[in-house]
Amino acid sequence: MAFKLQMPKSKLARREAIEGYLFILPWILGFLMFRFGPMLYSLFLSFTDYAARGAPNWIGFENYIYMFTKDPRFLDSLRSTFAFVVGYLPLNISLGLAIALLMNQRVRGIFVFRSIYYLPAVTSGVAVAILWQFVFHKQWGILNAILAVFGVQSIGWLVDPKWVMVAFVIMSIWGVGGSMIIYLAGLQSIPTELYESAAIDGANRARQFWHITLPMLTPTIFFVLITGLIGAFQIFESAYIMTGGGPNYATYFFGLNIYFTAFQSLRFAYASTLAWMLFVIIAALTIFVFSTSRRWVFYAGARDDA
Amino acid sequence: MATNAETMTPAPTITPRAVDLHLNWRQVTQTIGIYILLLVGSVFLMVPFFWMLSTSLKTLAEVQTWPIVWIPSRFIWENYPSVFQRTPFARYIFNSLTIATGGIVGTLIGSSLAGFGFARLRFPGRNALFFVNLTTLMLPAWVVIVPHFMMFSYIGWLDTYLPFIVPAFFGNAYHIFLFRQWFLGVPRELEDAARIDGCSTFRIYAQIFMPLSKPVIATVGIFAFFYYWNDLIYPLVYLQSQMKFPVSLGLRMFQTANQGVVDMPALMAASMMALLPCVLLFFFAQRLFVQGVVMTGVEK
Repeated sequence: MAFKLQMPKSKLARREAIEGYLFILPWILGFLMFRFGPMLYSLFLSFTDYAARGAPNWIGFENYIYMFTKDPRFLDSLRSTFAFVVGYLPLNISLGLAIALLMNQRVRGIFVFRSIYYLPAVTSGVAVAILWQFVFHKQWGILNAILAVFGVQSIGWLVDPKWVMVAFVIMSIWGVGGSMIIYLAGLQSIPTELYESAAIDGANRARQFWHITLPMLTPTIFFVLITGLIGAFQIFESAYIMTGGGPNYATYFFGLNIYFTAFQSLRFAYASTLAWMLFVIIAALTIFVFSTSRRWVFYAGARDDA
Repeated sequence: MATNAETMTPAPTITPRAVDLHLNWRQVTQTIGIYILLLVGSVFLMVPFFWMLSTSLKTLAEVQTWPIVWIPSRFIWENYPSVFQRTPFARYIFNSLTIATGGIVGTLIGSSLAGFGFARLRFPGRNALFFVNLTTLMLPAWVVIVPHFMMFSYIGWLDTYLPFIVPAFFGNAYHIFLFRQWFLGVPRELEDAARIDGCSTFRIYAQIFMPLSKPVIATVGIFAFFYYWNDLIYPLVYLQSQMKFPVSLGLRMFQTANQGVVDMPALMAASMMALLPCVLLFFFAQRLFVQGVVMTGVEK
């Protein structure tokens, strides 16, 4: 810690403080051993030529210069990752909200729908990626079969560089129930009195939405945006299973690039450089979003956080 | 805060009371509209699952038929047992359960200890440290994966389950957060009464707070189960021998082995079985998921 910690004066409080440190001691150790330490070490590695054997030699900014000026794969991964985030994130935020608004209506049997919409969001992993690979299959996949009903020609979802990003966005949006459920929780925490008084004042549904629901929901939107941002930049599994980064590096996302660089080419040092680049991008965007939050996120009343 | 999660009922929508028939009609058409929209969405969301089930029961010939076959003419149940003959799938399941059990126990102990410390004990730097804990949520696993690999390789833990289980005992940032949120809501009086009786802080944690925390324990446990069951990256990096693979990695192996032959029915049957525990758990414990979300989403 950079700042000086003042231990409490009274005996009882000092005892409580010591116990507090003991309780969080495992976390502190874990943080140092598995987070902070490795972070610093990978930063160090990024300035070396370490390739899984021998000792790391300091080479200064060479990895960074290579990354920015010579590495075509870096550009591929940057392009594909940003394309995915730009395609997925706004859709996830808006569609999730739209569905949550529908779900928030007083309609019989709404729970059944809630389960149906939420289920895809909690299923993930290899099985789901394999499933979607077959859904997107050009010849025998069900998506093209359905589109054929409307006279659409077979699309090579996972083999055509023009379509593959659309396929990834479709697959990810399948899990929109995840943000829906967060919005629902947010919607249900809005005090009903606000709507009652607005109705008395003669505000119609549209006005209620724009002047009550949306402002009250901005903290939730903010949360969905931040977590979605951090998650979307780390997309890996679906691409690893479905395309392996192809076709022609169109889905060579950042995570794939790091994985292949580290564990296939064994270029540990350069993989660390790429990983730090990813971290810097995520951190910069997160901080940027946080800095704008003052202007658009509305917190009702001052709440004292214990 | 957290406790009312289970009673999450749709909030009343404020519409002017229906005083005449005209307004009632509007409401009816609106309800029908909502149903139609939700139904269309449901179909889109459920079709992939249906496709998975249907394909898993087809013959290879029926998979490669155009126009596609929606419901197999004959259900080939043998596709399921055939998975166990062609790949050590039972072993994979056992391995996944081993990793998940160790990981869940570790996560519950490590995260609840830290969560209790952050929620109920006052010490200098507490808020700063908790903030540090939250910022680690932003740290991509990729930044630490190479050093982790080197570290575990150095101490000879590669190709064992220790790299999955041991770190769990040091707590997980998000689960620490959930435990802290829960513990913050436990009434002070309980703690005070125990203190007057001379209870040590550790006993207050273990014998008063933990028994009161079944909902959050269940939520964290389920989240952790899903994580360990689905995780692919770490098994990919840490494990080498096939007999130690969890379901995720075994399924990946099965997929690449069949790439040329494209034995879709067996592959889909295997995927179905990999997904089934998660789907069942979801239906039995949906409330717990929602609770986890409520504890995170609304508080932020």
